[in-house]
Amino acid sequence: MAEIDENLAQREAIEVDRSKGDFKYEESYAFDAGIGLSPSVVDYISQVKAEEPWIREFRQKALKIFEGLPMPTHWATTDLDNIKFENIRYYLAKGQKAVRTWEEVPDDVKKTFERLGIPESERKFLAGVEAQFDSEAVYSRMKEELEKLGVIFCGPTEGLRDHPELFRKWFGKVIPAGDNKFAALNSAVFSGGSFIYIPKGVKVAQPLQAYFRINAENFGQFERTLIIADEGSEVTYMEGCTAPKFETATLHSAVVELVALKGAKIQYVTVQNWSANVFNLVTKRGVAEEGAEVRWIDCNIGSRLTMKYPGVVLRGKGARGEVLSIALANDGQHQDTGAKMIHAADDTTSNIIAKSISVGSGRSTYRGLVHIPKTLKNCRNNTECDALLINEHSRTDTYPAISVRGQKNSVQHEASVSKVSAEQIFYMMQRGLSEGEAMSLAVNGFVNDLVKEFPMEYSVELKRLIELQMEGSVG
Amino acid sequence: MPDSLVIKNLNASIGERPILKDFCLTVPKGEVHAIMGPNGTGKSTLSKVLAGHPDYSVQSGSALLDGEEILGLEPDVVARAGLFLAFQYPSEIPGVTIANFIRAAIVARQAKGTPFDAKAYYAELYAKMDALKMDRKFTARFVNEGFSGGEKKRCEILQLMMLKPKYAVLDETDSGLDIDALRIVSEGVNAMRGPDTGFLVITHYQRLLEYIVPDRVHIMWDGRIVHSGGKELALELEAKGYDWVKTELATA
Repeated sequence: MAEIDENLAQREAIEVDRSKGDFKYEESYAFDAGIGLSPSVVDYISQVKAEEPWIREFRQKALKIFEGLPMPTHWATTDLDNIKFENIRYYLAKGQKAVRTWEEVPDDVKKTFERLGIPESERKFLAGVEAQFDSEAVYSRMKEELEKLGVIFCGPTEGLRDHPELFRKWFGKVIPAGDNKFAALNSAVFSGGSFIYIPKGVKVAQPLQAYFRINAENFGQFERTLIIADEGSEVTYMEGCTAPKFETATLHSAVVELVALKGAKIQYVTVQNWSANVFNLVTKRGVAEEGAEVRWIDCNIGSRLTMKYPGVVLRGKGARGEVLSIALANDGQHQDTGAKMIHAADDTTSNIIAKSISVGSGRSTYRGLVHIPKTLKNCRNNTECDALLINEHSRTDTYPAISVRGQKNSVQHEASVSKVSAEQIFYMMQRGLSEGEAMSLAVNGFVNDLVKEFPMEYSVELKRLIELQMEGSVG
Repeated sequence: MPDSLVIKNLNASIGERPILKDFCLTVPKGEVHAIMGPNGTGKSTLSKVLAGHPDYSVQSGSALLDGEEILGLEPDVVARAGLFLAFQYPSEIPGVTIANFIRAAIVARQAKGTPFDAKAYYAELYAKMDALKMDRKFTARFVNEGFSGGEKKRCEILQLMMLKPKYAVLDETDSGLDIDALRIVSEGVNAMRGPDTGFLVITHYQRLLEYIVPDRVHIMWDGRIVHSGGKELALELEAKGYDWVKTELATA
């Protein structure tokens, strides 16, 4: 029965797409850029997408930058050297054949899916949904009333084609191709992701959701997201990410640019649950103009190595930036996460609260950058980093770089490390909880005050993800 | 004896140091037994060993809970089998509210997939908090975090009353309690007395036993019970002091 329902749901999703006349979807079935990276692979992707010459040049230029930049192993981790760029497939849109049946999905991922109830339950509370499998979106839908208000929610290919005047103005401006090696790689081979425009004064009450799924082995997913919130508008965007567990390493390297114009508010929520073979190297940054607010809520669960430091450039007077992040590093995983706050105008405020949990041989690292130059006044930053260690071998490191100059600015920094003690676990087990239940209760307690800030549906999902992780982590 | 907690010839140690030495004790359901003894005689060790604490190792002996062996089981299995330990020093669990903690403990006892009746749960929780004279706002506080000694012990008894074990071991529940708190905590325990529950009350002082009147009193010395009697034994011990145990009972 379950299998039949699954097929039905699949067909339904496809029909919705077709009814919107998205011929790109069907066209994309046949495309595969092959293995390895070269100028011809980049040209192939651009050609498939029938892109304008300026984009093709942008991609080729980015490829050169990528090739010229060294791996950031000197400050991050030598594990990056294990990424074999020549073995990766950079563009795959196989269509139906690539969609695996539930039987093919590894048990742990299948269980996760079933318990998360993705994506059916999400549709209940969302204004729009986009689902990406490998390189291209397979499902995309937005409520009609939003369309009438002029809200745009599509992929970057459609954005480039249908809204070039909006796209070109901001694309690659918040995060230029040369920002870092992986931003350059993304700029060369990007495909999929979201392009969102919220017109002046439009407040989108329900969140827009994107769901990213890596399905093919030896594959690199390089989605590119650009969100522009025009003056006085508001939007919440959420992304969920998963991948099946493969023997070989898989690469996810996204670039996300947010633009909050005067008085606009953007809230960007990530709850990712990568399997332990994924290198997750993502660049995320927002610009907040006068009186605008950019808020990143970032939950990093799973992956082999995550390097991600969402940032906000506070460019207009009175702008606000916030990063709330939770990272859970399980056995053999490394979560290298943090935040960047660049104050570039008076009266700007930023807030960073980062909580990390290290389990078994898991390692979590906080890296923060706060910059307030002396030419500014009335700027404030608050940074809090809390780390929780579960076992003897877990590890946590904190590298906060805070540069605050000038007489009229203020900064506050707090950091703490705590450990779940054997006595705590024994106490909870004496009440009848299994070891896994006891640990997940302790971990959920640790992140409790932060999770309260999340949209309700996501706090429930996060709680379940933590439970799954903790259950799996005990013998 | 199916309706008893029967401990036989229990030898247990922490590290290389033997603590319990051929310890024997039977607590039938429906009775309250008290264990008294000076510090360092193994009273708390007994409670930890029964509960399956990983720091202690059992060399020999058995502990049958209604006929089922509980030694060697994981602490959560022992707990769900029906043994509750009210801790002398309960742990803090930051970020976890009392309401959620007790709820998780109840859910852990239910068959998987059983729906949780939240309404009935809160009704019962509030009734028991009222009985223990606990402010209802307490449900939103994090388990034992920032609690006074008396609040911690009340919270232990609240959990005891909500989880309704077959056997409850109260480890030095009177320590850190003023006389009012002692009375309230004792009333909670007395309200639970009945044919379905057996109590093992571990205490250093006779004071607690004025409020929780035991059926039997056992005096513990150097890892074993050296003398047993009725409730009057506690008074005798109070009058004669632990030197009496040392010079007369331990050598007997």
